[in-house]
Amino acid sequence: MMIKLTGGKVYDPANGVNGEVRDIYIADGRVVAPAPEARIAQEYNLKGRVVMAGAIDPHTHIGGGKVTIARTLMPEDHEHDEVAHTPLTRAGTGHALPSTMVTGYRYAEMGYTACFEPAMLPANARQAHLELGDTPLLDKGAFVMLGSDDFMLRSLAEKRDFQQVKDYIAWTMHAAQAIAVKVVNPGGISAFKFNQRRLNLDEKHVYYGITPRDIILTLARGLLELGVTHPLHVHGCNLGIPGNVETTLATIRATDGLPLHLTHIQFHSYGTEGERHFSSGAAAIADLLKKYPHISIDVGQVMFGQTCTASGDSMRQYNGSKNADPKRWVVMDIECDAGCGVVPFRYRDNSYVHSLQWAIGLETFLLCEDPWRIFLTTDHPNGAPFYTYPHLIRLLMDRAFRKEMMLKVVPEALKYSTLPSLEREYTLYEVAIMTRAGPARSLGLKDRGHLGPGACGDVTVYTDNSDREAMFAKPELVFKNGEVIVRDGKVVKVVQGATHVARPEYDRSIEKPLKEYFDRYHTIAMENFHVSDEEIVEGGRGQIVVQPTKARVS
Amino acid sequence: MTAPGEGEASASEVYHNVTCPFCGLLCDDLEVSRTGGTLKVLKNGCGRAIGGFQRKLPEAKPQVRGSDVDLKTAVGAAAELIRKSSLPLYGGMASDVGGIRAIISLADRSGGVIDHALSEGQYRNIKVVQMSGWIMTTLTEARNRADVFVIVGSDVHKLHGRFFDRVVCPGYSMFDDVPKKRDVIFIGEGLDTSGAKGSRIGEVINLQCPNDRLTEVLGALHARLRGLPVQTREAAPQKRGGLLSSLLPSRDASSAPEIAGVKLSDIDRVAEKCKAAHYSVFVWAPPGLAFAQADLAVLLVADIVKELNITTRSAGLSLGGNDGAPSAASCATWQTGFPLRVSFANGKPEYDSYRYAIGRMLAENEGDLLTWVSSFNPDLGPPATKLPTIVLVTPGLRLSQPPTVFIPVGTPGVDHAGCMVRCDNVVSLPLQNLGRAPLPRGADVLAAIEAAL
Repeated sequence: MMIKLTGGKVYDPANGVNGEVRDIYIADGRVVAPAPEARIAQEYNLKGRVVMAGAIDPHTHIGGGKVTIARTLMPEDHEHDEVAHTPLTRAGTGHALPSTMVTGYRYAEMGYTACFEPAMLPANARQAHLELGDTPLLDKGAFVMLGSDDFMLRSLAEKRDFQQVKDYIAWTMHAAQAIAVKVVNPGGISAFKFNQRRLNLDEKHVYYGITPRDIILTLARGLLELGVTHPLHVHGCNLGIPGNVETTLATIRATDGLPLHLTHIQFHSYGTEGERHFSSGAAAIADLLKKYPHISIDVGQVMFGQTCTASGDSMRQYNGSKNADPKRWVVMDIECDAGCGVVPFRYRDNSYVHSLQWAIGLETFLLCEDPWRIFLTTDHPNGAPFYTYPHLIRLLMDRAFRKEMMLKVVPEALKYSTLPSLEREYTLYEVAIMTRAGPARSLGLKDRGHLGPGACGDVTVYTDNSDREAMFAKPELVFKNGEVIVRDGKVVKVVQGATHVARPEYDRSIEKPLKEYFDRYHTIAMENFHVSDEEIVEGGRGQIVVQPTKARVS
Repeated sequence: MTAPGEGEASASEVYHNVTCPFCGLLCDDLEVSRTGGTLKVLKNGCGRAIGGFQRKLPEAKPQVRGSDVDLKTAVGAAAELIRKSSLPLYGGMASDVGGIRAIISLADRSGGVIDHALSEGQYRNIKVVQMSGWIMTTLTEARNRADVFVIVGSDVHKLHGRFFDRVVCPGYSMFDDVPKKRDVIFIGEGLDTSGAKGSRIGEVINLQCPNDRLTEVLGALHARLRGLPVQTREAAPQKRGGLLSSLLPSRDASSAPEIAGVKLSDIDRVAEKCKAAHYSVFVWAPPGLAFAQADLAVLLVADIVKELNITTRSAGLSLGGNDGAPSAASCATWQTGFPLRVSFANGKPEYDSYRYAIGRMLAENEGDLLTWVSSFNPDLGPPATKLPTIVLVTPGLRLSQPPTVFIPVGTPGVDHAGCMVRCDNVVSLPLQNLGRAPLPRGADVLAAIEAAL
């Protein structure tokens, strides 16, 4: 069955299409080459509408243990945002920590068709996939956390063969069903278990004697040589600490040409100028990034209001617990594998620090010239819930609106940021890069994030409205695999998305030392650590898509 | 699959890395053989596991009002009852994630209330998370890292037969060439200390106090950790009578100050041990804290752990979690935002941990239909009620009254595959199909009922 989307203004950066009027043909769920003679089963007249591929969120905490801990911790978060079931959709709750089904509905209603959970602990991978499996309408995938797990740290401390370390990385990606690898406070989650309270880039882990720099470089090089498309996803050292811009700059310099993705960089861009000893380091980072074209970032924009932070960074979250609002929080040490910390937080526009965090995020967006290397995130829910994206897009696209919003924050804070001097306005083409083509290319999603032949039929159609917030909040139509799932910002059909994974090659002999390790120390059998395909797709929960990896180097 | 009792007695199959679904620890190192429909635990089974896997299943057929029917008829009768109900209660919820997903879906569709049979215990923890939060650890982390274990108020050894072997006294742990000895401190009433033995165990301290006075001992420990004085006199105004005498200072009962029968000097010794420890772990099993306002004991443990973390590391470890309770709470939380005790009667999930406790609702004649799912433990039947009941249970489950609709279902991890969340709420484990009996999955029966609505 062929459908035709006729006459829309198409923004498809992956194929160099910038607002040109194009017809899009979709057959059997995929975009096909223009076929003017084909019999069209259904035509949508999109004259004057803006057409993009379905949006992709490359970093959003939507599934897994810490999100469910946060949901438990904050019943009041959901209490004014309960969602009734309809003949089509399930009941649930929203706000900063939405339930899984509501997460799927609301992302889709905003034009998103794929979301990636960035902090899946290997020990919690099964539950993360269970939760993602209960998140309808979206394609999904997850980044598995390594770098504070004892097997990796022992391997590095004992200077084991690098091939074996690579095999272990690949084995973990297979076992946890991941598409990428993330490191969170490299070594720091483990160091916290040994009562270290801080770990700088070149500071030694008190037990293993290795540094965050060693861990980052090992993982980054390992992933590169394994041929995994997405580079190491780095939540760096010293999150939230004034002066951490120096750590971030040092981390960038440390890469020496290795690709890296620095996530929620806003939280890692703090200087120490001014009376409050808290200032923006965004300009220094944006400057240095120009010299490091292999490094991409996402922002982790802060927006004002109540949220709850949920992170694998138990060390920094424990430290942040003194600012918990309301005053309750959870920190966990997990399975010689990882950790987590859940701390509720309210960002206030009358706070100097929060105003500056808000400004630093915007500054980062506006100063980074290459939209292919910066992705739009709030690090949901850590900087703000994902529903704030349309507002954020307006802040980036509409200078006058941005200046108006700047009047609402603490003026003193703006003095320590370059934001007031920045005149740039994002174009629709750049927004399409930052929310579609860029993340797809970075994650290695071959058939997502673009509208060329062979792409899957995930398409979002917006009314062209000069109020960009209104425009991006409520798309007219969203197609998933060629079917209309959202009309006028409301779900009209519920389907299941796919789970994307990457499966780099590895030598099975890694299972020998691993099995010994599991048998000796763990409370789970190695065999049961593996999450199977059947468990993920059980009960009609979509399918597994194995995204290609490059050939392994040595 | 071979039907139960139908022979091929000589051909037996052996299953490895079997996850045991019969307690919240979900030990997954069992070896189980099956001959026909009979299972035998060959390796690593505790008494509870052997009882669970090797229990003889009686014949059981679906029934409606006491008469045998086929499954389809029973499903239709259940759907009919649910359709007519204006407030169906979905209790028990003793199933795996698949079964729990199906129960919540059915409750959502039919405007019902969901609650787990063991919520009362589990809520001793959940209230603390919602009140103050905590610092927690997991089984593997504790096994390798702990140097002091404090067992609080619950008979862990009796409730979880392999906890001491697997977590407290393992042959190896990761961070020492020569495994360090661990001190084990028991606080509570008549706790079985026999698990704390062997080469890994250092000192064992047993602070005996009545469970309903546990909070006094924990409160004193918390105070001593903070360097505060503790009022130890046992003022008993009711014995001495009269308001006036209660205002008078009492005489110290003895020269050795005590709290709830525990010498303050012993509490101080425990405080010093915890402060000196690199990683103390406070362990409790919520079902074992069966006294009024036991959540306050859990809250004190959380406060003690937080206090210790100012200078060293310490964490809590909650056990319990039998009959799929953590799976039910987790799944309900990710699907609705709330950890059970949710009503869908108004279409939206409405959460009230008091109002929607199904035990209370039944006692106070709320609701008009009880659906009870219990697929592991033959003792976990529905409470007595005048309401019509639909029970989806493991054959042989003891029922205190004849149900309206009875549907025997399989046990996840025995009769079919599945998945459950472990007591630490982090790890979930796959359950194997051991092919014991050709019973339907609870999840499939519930989905069929929902489809028939």
